[in-house]
Amino acid sequence: MTEGATEFSGIKAGGPSCFLEGILMSADDSIAEPLPLDAWHRARGARMVPFAGYAMPIQYDGIMAEHAWTREHAGLFDVSHMGQVHLSGEGLDEALEAILPADVKGLALGRMRYSMLLTDTGGIIDDLMLSRWPRGIYMVVNGAVKAGDIAHMRAKLPATIGLDHMTDRALLALQGPEAFAALKRITTGEHDLGVLIFMMGGRFQIDGVDAWISRSGYTGEDGFEISIPASEAERIADLLCAQPEVKPIGLGARDSLRLEAGLPLYGHDLSTDIDPVSAGLTFAISKRRREEGGFPGADLILKRLAEGAPTKCVGFSVEGRLPAREGAEIFTGETKVGSITSGGFAPTVGAPIAMGYVDAAHATPGTRLEIEVRGKRLAATVTPMPFVPHHYVRKGAA
Amino acid sequence: MTVYFTQDHEWISVEGDHATVGITDYAQAQLGDVVFVEVPPAGTEVAKGKEAAVVESVKAASDVYAPVSGTVTEANSELEGDPSLVNTSPEAAGWFFKLTLSNPGELEGLMDETAYKAFVAGL
Repeated sequence: MTEGATEFSGIKAGGPSCFLEGILMSADDSIAEPLPLDAWHRARGARMVPFAGYAMPIQYDGIMAEHAWTREHAGLFDVSHMGQVHLSGEGLDEALEAILPADVKGLALGRMRYSMLLTDTGGIIDDLMLSRWPRGIYMVVNGAVKAGDIAHMRAKLPATIGLDHMTDRALLALQGPEAFAALKRITTGEHDLGVLIFMMGGRFQIDGVDAWISRSGYTGEDGFEISIPASEAERIADLLCAQPEVKPIGLGARDSLRLEAGLPLYGHDLSTDIDPVSAGLTFAISKRRREEGGFPGADLILKRLAEGAPTKCVGFSVEGRLPAREGAEIFTGETKVGSITSGGFAPTVGAPIAMGYVDAAHATPGTRLEIEVRGKRLAATVTPMPFVPHHYVRKGAA
Repeated sequence: MTVYFTQDHEWISVEGDHATVGITDYAQAQLGDVVFVEVPPAGTEVAKGKEAAVVESVKAASDVYAPVSGTVTEANSELEGDPSLVNTSPEAAGWFFKLTLSNPGELEGLMDETAYKAFVAGL
């Protein structure tokens, strides 16, 4: 039995392929440097795989069990591979609005916003999170493309804007319905953790360590993302996992959780060939930015906002048990109408689900199409996303 | 009955010209939770080292190769309803298919249990 390209190796996955190359670390994998929690993961029995140029934990106990634990309790994810960047300087908001479609000027202190770096033709260079910090903007970008993102920003932003790649920080995500209770128990600060609502962050202390904590994440559950000094990462991870609600969770369950939540993954569902309208990310372009334009690719994006995109990102419920994965082609009769960009078995749904792009004429929920997997046609229905309801906390705790 | 192993982590249990094929405990542990198994129907001709079955875990699809050439006589229909048998009982109830060997000489290049354990220990 062999296996090859996988979702997690950063290589485009096709049909059945080589497992050992993807799941096991081989001696010649070039890993830039260990992440702050490398030894911590190994000591907890994680299986490490190459991802985004780092060795990262794909699973501890098993993807199904870790997925279920996160949906029911709280899972701790190490996302220290992601790029943490602090931007500052005179005219920062205007400068960022020239490279992003977000309403940066309207972003209040502690508030967080989803946005994208765009090419001049509206393609997505990366998707990211912006937060207003007291002296600038804190940005989190995807690990696999962070070097390119930073080079792009340095080239596009004026010299007056400072860009600090915060390589001395680790990033943890605590996700699940019990995340709040677990984190609150060990967090102190000027404010109670309960003041945070979804897409809001603030400064807190965990066991005396300064932490930027935001109520956000990538699983569809309530949860938090926690930026701390890399030197304190092991101690904080230990403390979090000492809470009875918390277990460490690998990349495998992170992928199945985000797919059930209908959240796109850069490099799979998003690329420079895809614009935000086709991707269904129009919520990230505010009313003011739509009226004013002035962001890269605005001509094409505003045209597509008005007229609709020729292809659209949709979810699929797949009949049977056989997963349809990235690269599988979508048909109606003999006509190819799209392809799958993410897919797999959904543990909470209990069936295979997928995300892909289809011609707009076939994108209406309820449309019945076929997905080809190894020469077989699987019946699939266009399904509104998320597949599992979001449980974001949008109002403050009582 | 003699059991042989391949470097691709299949096992084959041979009795005369008849054999049963599955994947090893090591393989299932690496794969993780198995959610679907595609086994060749009876009558399928399989060739040594060529794809014979597909096992899908939560994270990926993997080919299973035929350890030797032959004709499939039976596929494990239990796997359709309960693919997790591959995780819970890889070397017994989680077998994949049975076949009639067309060239028993092909068994000679395979490992016995001791050799396979040493092979896995070196990975």
